[in-house]
Amino acid sequence: MNLETLPLQLRNAIVDLFPPALQWFVHHLLTITVILTVFGLFFAFTTIAERKLLARLQNRLGPNRAGLPWFPKLKLWGITQPFADAIKAITKEDIVPAAADKVLHFLAPVLIVAFSLLGFAVLPFGRNLIPVELDAALLYFFAAGAATELAIFMAGWGSRNKYSLLAAMRALAQLISYELPLILSVVPVVMVCGTLSTKAIAAAQGGWTFGLLPHWHVFTPWGFAAFIIFLIATLAESNRSPFDLPEAESELIAGHLTEYSGFKYALFFMAEYFGLTALSGLGVTLFLGGWQAPCEFLQFIPSYLWFMIKLVGMIVFFIWVRGTLLRLRIDQLTRLSWKFLVPLALLNLGNGAFWALTPDWTGPLVLARWAISAAIVVVPFVLLGRRLTAGQAPRSYRYA
Amino acid sequence: MIALLLIALLILGAASAAILSRNLIHSALLLVGAWAGIAAFYLWAGAEFVAFAQALVYVGAVSMVVLFAVLLTRQGATRAPVEYDSVKRAVFAFIVAGGVAGVLVGAIMGSPLQGHIASPTPAVSVKQLGLLLMGSYAPALLIVGVLLTVALLGAIVIAAEEKG
Repeated sequence: MNLETLPLQLRNAIVDLFPPALQWFVHHLLTITVILTVFGLFFAFTTIAERKLLARLQNRLGPNRAGLPWFPKLKLWGITQPFADAIKAITKEDIVPAAADKVLHFLAPVLIVAFSLLGFAVLPFGRNLIPVELDAALLYFFAAGAATELAIFMAGWGSRNKYSLLAAMRALAQLISYELPLILSVVPVVMVCGTLSTKAIAAAQGGWTFGLLPHWHVFTPWGFAAFIIFLIATLAESNRSPFDLPEAESELIAGHLTEYSGFKYALFFMAEYFGLTALSGLGVTLFLGGWQAPCEFLQFIPSYLWFMIKLVGMIVFFIWVRGTLLRLRIDQLTRLSWKFLVPLALLNLGNGAFWALTPDWTGPLVLARWAISAAIVVVPFVLLGRRLTAGQAPRSYRYA
Repeated sequence: MIALLLIALLILGAASAAILSRNLIHSALLLVGAWAGIAAFYLWAGAEFVAFAQALVYVGAVSMVVLFAVLLTRQGATRAPVEYDSVKRAVFAFIVAGGVAGVLVGAIMGSPLQGHIASPTPAVSVKQLGLLLMGSYAPALLIVGVLLTVALLGAIVIAAEEKG
């Protein structure tokens, strides 16, 4: 019994039950079903974890009443809340505005969920677990995500509500602004690894120094900078606080989602969480070593568990950020992207090129390599940060 | 072969519906559908990289440019006018469109076609493609880049209004 290959053995056992002509079909169907089930449940428990953690960060208890239908005494700390929420969303009335473009109004939530799920196809969840092995996997990931912008436009325009449309345009401006730093932060990884395949990138981060220090990309100067830019862009791409101004439920009555209710509204949130999970999974794959164990002696834990632990870590970090930071204004948001993140990401591209050209520096030159690479990131960061905040920080707050 | 026919039907259907629709937003979205169909065709032909690049650039970026252009220039009026401005313009439009169609049909008829040989893995890996683009085809890539930059500058010059 080998835990590492257990999922594959299970899959092969099930596939072998079918006649040979159908086996390829069952193989793929099984993969799709497993991804939908695992990440559907992951989404459900992300929502409850988010509500509980946010509640704790705000000194509240959070949802703790939902139990099991036949055992009213058993409360289970309220972890069945997402299922109650799902039933609530399904049974709610679905209101479509009379003037709405009915087809586009209906298509938008369907498309956004469908496209947000596509990204999972190329994430290597374990040493042997990757749904589809593509040579150009990274390009596929971003191509699949590109259509979510169209769905947001459809939602805003199809609602036939000027506030929805304005909010959709703002959301698109944000998505387009942050797509650039997101993709630019990924390019150094491609340059250093020399491949677009997510499987090869995860495999390239194997090995340890002294058996303890992992060779993950985040532990190099260029990788650290790229990872931070990636994190910020991920927050913005998935409309998470502090970049949640497309929805801004306290100010904008949920922006382009104003005219959506019931399950369609829930679908948009589902897509948002799927997008966040997929991007976090990509971040884990590119910078946090994918399925690799952090220390050599920890390899007895199966690789897919390591991937999930890192994924949960990323999600918890995003919830923590949401509970800590304040929402930005739209001008601050676009300024951060175009004047700060994009130039830094471009410089980091050069940094990645430098790292890719100097793998054979040995002895004292290794120190020089690290120092030069760190300087390429830190010096512009300090200079740019000082210049952009000149006259704006530190702020003085006065009571009215 | 059935897959190819389905893809061709999707592209042609979406493109003709885009032309016939009098609602500009619907036309733009149907056009995106046609571009997605072209990406599917590249995928069918075994050109993975080109297919994903097509989806990323056309479905993701160019569609946004088209939609923003429609919304920002027509100020809410999304119905396309059916009638032409003048006879002269109509005649020139037909001449240009016919010329383009002639060149395209000539090129398609002139190129040798063999039956499609389905290959499970793309014949050219992404790495080889990248080396080719950065090596022997680098001048072409640079020229295309300069051309697009010039087009962008031209668009800004045309769109920018002189103040004062």
